[in-house]
Amino acid sequence: MIDFVVHDEGDSVGVIVVEGVKAGDEISGWVMDQNVDIKFKATSDIPIGHKLAIKALKKGDTVIKYGTDIGKVVADIGIGEHSHVHNIKTKRW
Amino acid sequence: MSQDLSNATFLGYRRENGRVGVRNYVIILPVDDLANAACEAVANNITGTMALPHPYGRLQFGEDLELHFRTLIGTGANPNVAAVVVIGIEDGWTQKIVEGIAATGKPVVGFGIEQHGDHETIMEASKVAKEYVQWASELQREEAPVGDLWVSTKCGESDTTSGCGANPTVGNAFDKLYPHGSTLLFGETSEITGGEHLVAQRCRNDEVRDRFMFMFDRYQDMINRFKTSDLSDSQPTKGNIEGGLTTIEEKALGNIQKIGKECVVDGVLDKAEAPTGPGLWFMDSSSAAAEMCTLAAAAGYVAHFFPTGQGNIIGNPIMPIIKICANPRTVRTMSEHVDVDVSGLLRREISPDEAGDMLLESLFRTVNGRLTSAEALGHREFVLTRLYESA
Repeated sequence: MIDFVVHDEGDSVGVIVVEGVKAGDEISGWVMDQNVDIKFKATSDIPIGHKLAIKALKKGDTVIKYGTDIGKVVADIGIGEHSHVHNIKTKRW
Repeated sequence: MSQDLSNATFLGYRRENGRVGVRNYVIILPVDDLANAACEAVANNITGTMALPHPYGRLQFGEDLELHFRTLIGTGANPNVAAVVVIGIEDGWTQKIVEGIAATGKPVVGFGIEQHGDHETIMEASKVAKEYVQWASELQREEAPVGDLWVSTKCGESDTTSGCGANPTVGNAFDKLYPHGSTLLFGETSEITGGEHLVAQRCRNDEVRDRFMFMFDRYQDMINRFKTSDLSDSQPTKGNIEGGLTTIEEKALGNIQKIGKECVVDGVLDKAEAPTGPGLWFMDSSSAAAEMCTLAAAAGYVAHFFPTGQGNIIGNPIMPIIKICANPRTVRTMSEHVDVDVSGLLRREISPDEAGDMLLESLFRTVNGRLTSAEALGHREFVLTRLYESA
């Protein structure tokens, strides 16, 4: 059973694919492009479909998903933390 | 690739112009808002016909008017339509649409309401509609090669499961259809923002690439002209954000999973413009579900792949829309809307290749006649794209 997926091993974030992940849960992930298994501890409650950081991110850093730039960090994010509109913003528009 | 489509066929309606439809509608098509009532009355009178009401068609001008005509003519010309009754408030624009549809060779007639009123128009149009529907009801499906199939795609209420589940499933199916001469389509110009360089790399040659970037930049200019914020809650939508998508770039990179890994972008179309050959086409279009699906049907597409994450429930009046979903919660809470459940991808129970085959099986059952969920539920969203205000 996997709790989250990561598109590419260079990515900064993974996607929770199960319901009910709580802060403190040990969760298992699958890196799809490299077919590798990884484990992390969630440090926030994270809804299904939402992201967790799998690398520590500092304000101003670029967030990588699908091996590509998906936006900028606007508040520091720790490993295992919920990563969404409160700490990541678009670089466009 | 597990599915060999080289000898695959489907059962469709071969039309006068050689195109093959997968549905057999007789439509009652209003030129303008004023003609909706008469069209709906005719559809009420004559069993088996369908009115396509919409709110536009008066005092439009220039490129916006051309798009209006192109969309209505294209809708009538779509091979899923057997015959068309056109009704407008006046004869001039009504006949323009009739002539456009008549170029396909299919039965079409038009009625202007002025000097006749609704009663006489409804009576005369109903007489023709009855003849058309009885004629169409005797048409038979015949075998056609997979290369005669035109399939479009657009996703909606996407979430992060779209990018890792439902959209790559469409990409896998597109990669399998492409070598057999099917005519494929994607679009959603604003929703490529952040992945435009990846689509540009996939274009067949510099001419196609330049045309793609022209369409992309044109849409960006429009957004920059009218925006009052970074478009949060519009693109991505509130539903996208609820589903975990954070930025337009993230949404775009998930979106373009739909064009697979091997298809080449062979050409670029303006809104509602019909492609001129097989292959994968990009159409400049809104990312709003009903607008894009209406434009795809007007370009002649006969079936549509619609991946969703949070559960978009869109349908189209003339083009069957197949819903694909990988989000286990949506599949559980909105099962009546989901045609192909690929949530097993995210549990590693099925491979992307198996998911693509499941979608192709659903496609062939659908084009052979099985109603999609959206069809069974009566979803017929017909939404015309406007470029600017009326005069």
